[in-house]
Amino acid sequence: MNELYYPDWLIRRILRETDTIAMVGLSANWNRPSYFAMKYLQEKGYRVIPVNPRAAGSEILGELAYASLQDIPEKIDMVDIFRRSEQVGPIVEEAIAVKAPVVWMQLGVRNDEAAAAAEAAGVTVIMDRCPKIEYGRLSGELGWSGINTRVITSRRSKRIRAA
Amino acid sequence: MSKEPKYKPPGFETRAIHSGAAPDPTTGARNVPIYQTNSFVFDDVDHAASLFNLQTFGYIYSRLTNPTVSALEEKVAALENGRGAVATSSGHAAQLVAFYVLMEPGDRFVASRNLYGGSITQFTHSFRKFDWHVDFVDPTDPENFRAAITPETKAIFTENLANPGGIIVDLEPVSAIAREAGIPLIVDNTMATPYLCQPFDWGADLVVHSMTKFLGGHGAAMGGTVVESGRFDWQQNDKFPGLTQPDPAYHGLTFHETFGDFGFTTKAKAVALRDLGPTLSPMNAFLIMTGIETLSLRMARHVENAQAVAEFLEGHPAVSWVSYAGLKSSPFHALAQKYLPKGAGSVFTFGVKGGYQSGIGMVESVELLSHLANIGDTRSLIIHPASTTHRQLTEEQRVAAGAGPDVVRLSIGLETVDDIIADLDQALDRAMKAPVSVKAAAE
Repeated sequence: MNELYYPDWLIRRILRETDTIAMVGLSANWNRPSYFAMKYLQEKGYRVIPVNPRAAGSEILGELAYASLQDIPEKIDMVDIFRRSEQVGPIVEEAIAVKAPVVWMQLGVRNDEAAAAAEAAGVTVIMDRCPKIEYGRLSGELGWSGINTRVITSRRSKRIRAA
Repeated sequence: MSKEPKYKPPGFETRAIHSGAAPDPTTGARNVPIYQTNSFVFDDVDHAASLFNLQTFGYIYSRLTNPTVSALEEKVAALENGRGAVATSSGHAAQLVAFYVLMEPGDRFVASRNLYGGSITQFTHSFRKFDWHVDFVDPTDPENFRAAITPETKAIFTENLANPGGIIVDLEPVSAIAREAGIPLIVDNTMATPYLCQPFDWGADLVVHSMTKFLGGHGAAMGGTVVESGRFDWQQNDKFPGLTQPDPAYHGLTFHETFGDFGFTTKAKAVALRDLGPTLSPMNAFLIMTGIETLSLRMARHVENAQAVAEFLEGHPAVSWVSYAGLKSSPFHALAQKYLPKGAGSVFTFGVKGGYQSGIGMVESVELLSHLANIGDTRSLIIHPASTTHRQLTEEQRVAAGAGPDVVRLSIGLETVDDIIADLDQALDRAMKAPVSVKAAAE
């Protein structure tokens, strides 16, 4: 498989233009990576809506969880998928059906076939990345942990969006 | 869909100056400020909880992370083309932190026997108190590493350019052996620095540095670091429970799963620095960072001067041998061409005729070179390892480590090269004519 490459400007644009994120496969367990990501993105001002059939009807981090994308009554700007690569297909079909402009597959999740279908429907697709880590990387916060953000800039502000 | 890899890192010199060092977001300060503070305030209780749970990025307490230190960490990670780095109070502390993340009591690792003497002592004696055990091998045949691997072995450790023997380890086959065994290859890149060699290009998984040496370059600040490539799959076997199993020291968090390709770096800070405490001070981080900005210029001059001095010594009648991989006479010359094409470093050894007494006479006769235990200074340095850095070893270990009785080690600095050569010339002359005293020479 070829290496995935997404230019920083594209990731930045997605993170700037997104307000509401549906997180599919979000865990209600506080020490799971998906819970970490939701909490961080909420702190950055995003509305994050949990999608998890087992948690449907309950609240996670103050947000009502839904069983599927179709059940969400609001407009979704991004579908963020925390599921194994082979389980991604039907979720992407749903994402196309609810007209989400961006489908984002988490770190370690990649499904080229589903991505091609989404892109054919005009959806922007990011795979094998984490929006929390990308937000942290492009805002410089990831560098606070000594991580190589690969960002070199002589400019002062790296703000991605108004929180 | 653009899926072709297009990321090309900026050049080495650009990264040395700019990586990790964007203008301060609050004040606009162009140079990285020295954040000389122990603690950082929380916005509220919820923010504090998120920080302590590692759910958000941010600072709590400078034993774990500090803005000046993290700027340096990112810079070093960028220079090594790695994923992340953890800075420590010294190179020795870096080794302690690296193994603390990897090892459980009873575990072993295989190490080159040609290491800085202090590393050999740390691995042999102090690590035993953690119930960690080292198996030393002759690194000149990569197969020796394979032969020493047992089911308890958790890593291979080597210097790529060995201190002090002038030995270059063939990293490519050694990394293949580590990969087959499902264990990381740790390379101490102190002597080469990322300017001369980038071990990740040759399959290393972790790189450690004593930043006290060439990275700082000025002999004014101690520091160490462990850099993570981000490419080692910790989950491929059950050898690394500290990264792949829920951590009882962090409420059941699993570091590799949660932090992915920088799980090692996160654990090194959140657990090793937190619980062992060998943190780098912000002041030292600042000094080392200032040094790194000129690393490329300094290293180029270091190796140019070292080459000239090595060639001079090789032609000197009082010198029995010179072990510098930049010389055609070195058995490691071919490996130097492969791994260190810009130069074979500036630390090397040579033998003085007359053995131990001449070695001592030599270090006591220099006027410009400084007789001290360090390397990688702007100043040229000289030491007689058998009576100093390698004193704690047995005679047999000393010879194996390239620190026999007649061995003198040099770290060639940035002075005018003719002056370095003139000082060595007069010192050799004095050591030969009267190694200890005029009376002793007459006997």
